[in-house]
Amino acid sequence: MAALRARKGLLPWALLAPGLVFLGVFFLVPLYYMAEVSLKEGSLEEGYRLTWAFDNYTNAISDFSEQFIRSFVYGGTATAAALLIAYPLAYAIAFQGGRWRNALLLAVIAPFFTTYLIRTLSWQTILDDASPTVDFMRTVGLIADDGRLLQTSGSVIAGITYNFLPFMILPLYASLERIDKRMLEAGYDLYASRREVFRRVTLPLSMPGVVAGSLLTFIPSVGDFINAEFLGTSNQTMIGNVIQSRYLVVTDYPTAAALSFILMLIILVLVLIWARVAGTEALMGAEAK
Amino acid sequence: MEAATPSMPRAQPDSRPRVARLGRRALDLALKGYAGLALLYLLVPIVVIIAFSFNDTESRYNFVWDGFTLDYWKDPFGFQGLGEAMQHSLVIAGLSTIAATVLGTMMALALVRYQFRGRSPVNFFIFLPLASPEVVLGASLLSLFLSVGVALGFTTVLIAHIMFNVSFVVVTVRSRLIGFDRNLEEAAQDLGASGLQTFRLVTLPLIAPGVLAGALLAFALSIDDFVITFFNNGSYSTFPLFVFTQAQRQIPPNINVVATMIFLVTLAAMAATVLQQRRAERMAEMRPDDL
Repeated sequence: MAALRARKGLLPWALLAPGLVFLGVFFLVPLYYMAEVSLKEGSLEEGYRLTWAFDNYTNAISDFSEQFIRSFVYGGTATAAALLIAYPLAYAIAFQGGRWRNALLLAVIAPFFTTYLIRTLSWQTILDDASPTVDFMRTVGLIADDGRLLQTSGSVIAGITYNFLPFMILPLYASLERIDKRMLEAGYDLYASRREVFRRVTLPLSMPGVVAGSLLTFIPSVGDFINAEFLGTSNQTMIGNVIQSRYLVVTDYPTAAALSFILMLIILVLVLIWARVAGTEALMGAEAK
Repeated sequence: MEAATPSMPRAQPDSRPRVARLGRRALDLALKGYAGLALLYLLVPIVVIIAFSFNDTESRYNFVWDGFTLDYWKDPFGFQGLGEAMQHSLVIAGLSTIAATVLGTMMALALVRYQFRGRSPVNFFIFLPLASPEVVLGASLLSLFLSVGVALGFTTVLIAHIMFNVSFVVVTVRSRLIGFDRNLEEAAQDLGASGLQTFRLVTLPLIAPGVLAGALLAFALSIDDFVITFFNNGSYSTFPLFVFTQAQRQIPPNINVVATMIFLVTLAAMAATVLQQRRAERMAEMRPDDL
């Protein structure tokens, strides 16, 4: 009997083991190697030596603070914009979609079945100086006659917002759809106005979706470099662009590794603060209870 | 009762509810309008992508509309290197989906079905890759491969794709497994089914929709991945990498044709699962007396 119970206790670990080992070797161990690289000195030609060069970190921060700040500003703005676009959309589909709900949801995420890079190139086409969009906006006077949309902060932020929108819409929709409609009716029966019902019933109940959605959008937004690459100029460079070029073009591995760590650390701290404020439940699958 | 209170004032035909109703309708309409605009914003780039696959372009960059042609649809892979890149993408996506789905489903089963010490740390550990930006995942894997001296290519790309897919599969399958009725398994065993039979005949059919959803997500993520692949590919090109390289030289409409094809296939697969899901839900709602 005891042996049987012991075997039962091991069963979950037996199921977990292959995946945990894989993630350990190819997610945790790489982080260790990156930590080591970030403390080295040297160059690709001469080779790198571990000298515990902690100034790699201070130099990385002082040299690239501008890109760091820009990344968080762009990422934050894009996340806020995505929330503003996605919440009413998810709300409309969940509460007014009727029998078209699944079809509408499919239409919402359909754009993301095309390749990410090509979607971004498509925005390049739409925002290009010679495009009908810019023509129209110049005629209407929304932008100056020599004004442009492409290669501005606006175009980069718009691109990021667009590209990570499904990460916002899906969790929002999931949490809104799960709301028991009788709760809302109870609110109305108690003479709550529509606004009150929204503020005191719908919004609190959809908070897990807001929390999860903003995190899932914010994280890739901050680390992105494709949108800045295709829709911006060197004035819109983000930290992802710097890491990418330090690693793959300049082969300055120690700086690139230090930058990656700083980025990861800041994001992790922000995520934990956010989780503390909003409750971890929505985050790490406490729904599994 | 009514006779006893004759002086009770009758409810005034209040105009407020009507105003409220009108306001409500206006709000509903505004909401629908806003949602419609948002939907438009989402779909315009796709329309542009599809339209420009028919563009008889004269420039090297397929940005300006020059007229209609079917040439690129007749020979989608007629551009040097495109066919090979697409083939690589399919192989990597197929293999990484299988591996990540098996690993992820096992983990999800363990997390949903068993109470055990260490479940929260495991949950947190699985969540970590999802909380790391892709550049960091790509860069750290590259650090490992460089330090250990592994040549970049097919294997490193495959490892990278399995790695970033596992957590996504766990999260997807786990959310679908909640509410899983373990009594059904116990019933099977009471009826004399072996452990393996129970899994094959009861557990697997029940979790299949969740597993399928996880696998589909993994496939879509893999075939679309650029950043992590870019760090670890060596000279092994996939479709997104091909697009990136071409973006600096020449963008043939063939790229749009292939993108449209990927779009249509994924859309069809998703639509099929949604329909299948709905049928499964209807079946699940059926009671024995309905039969």
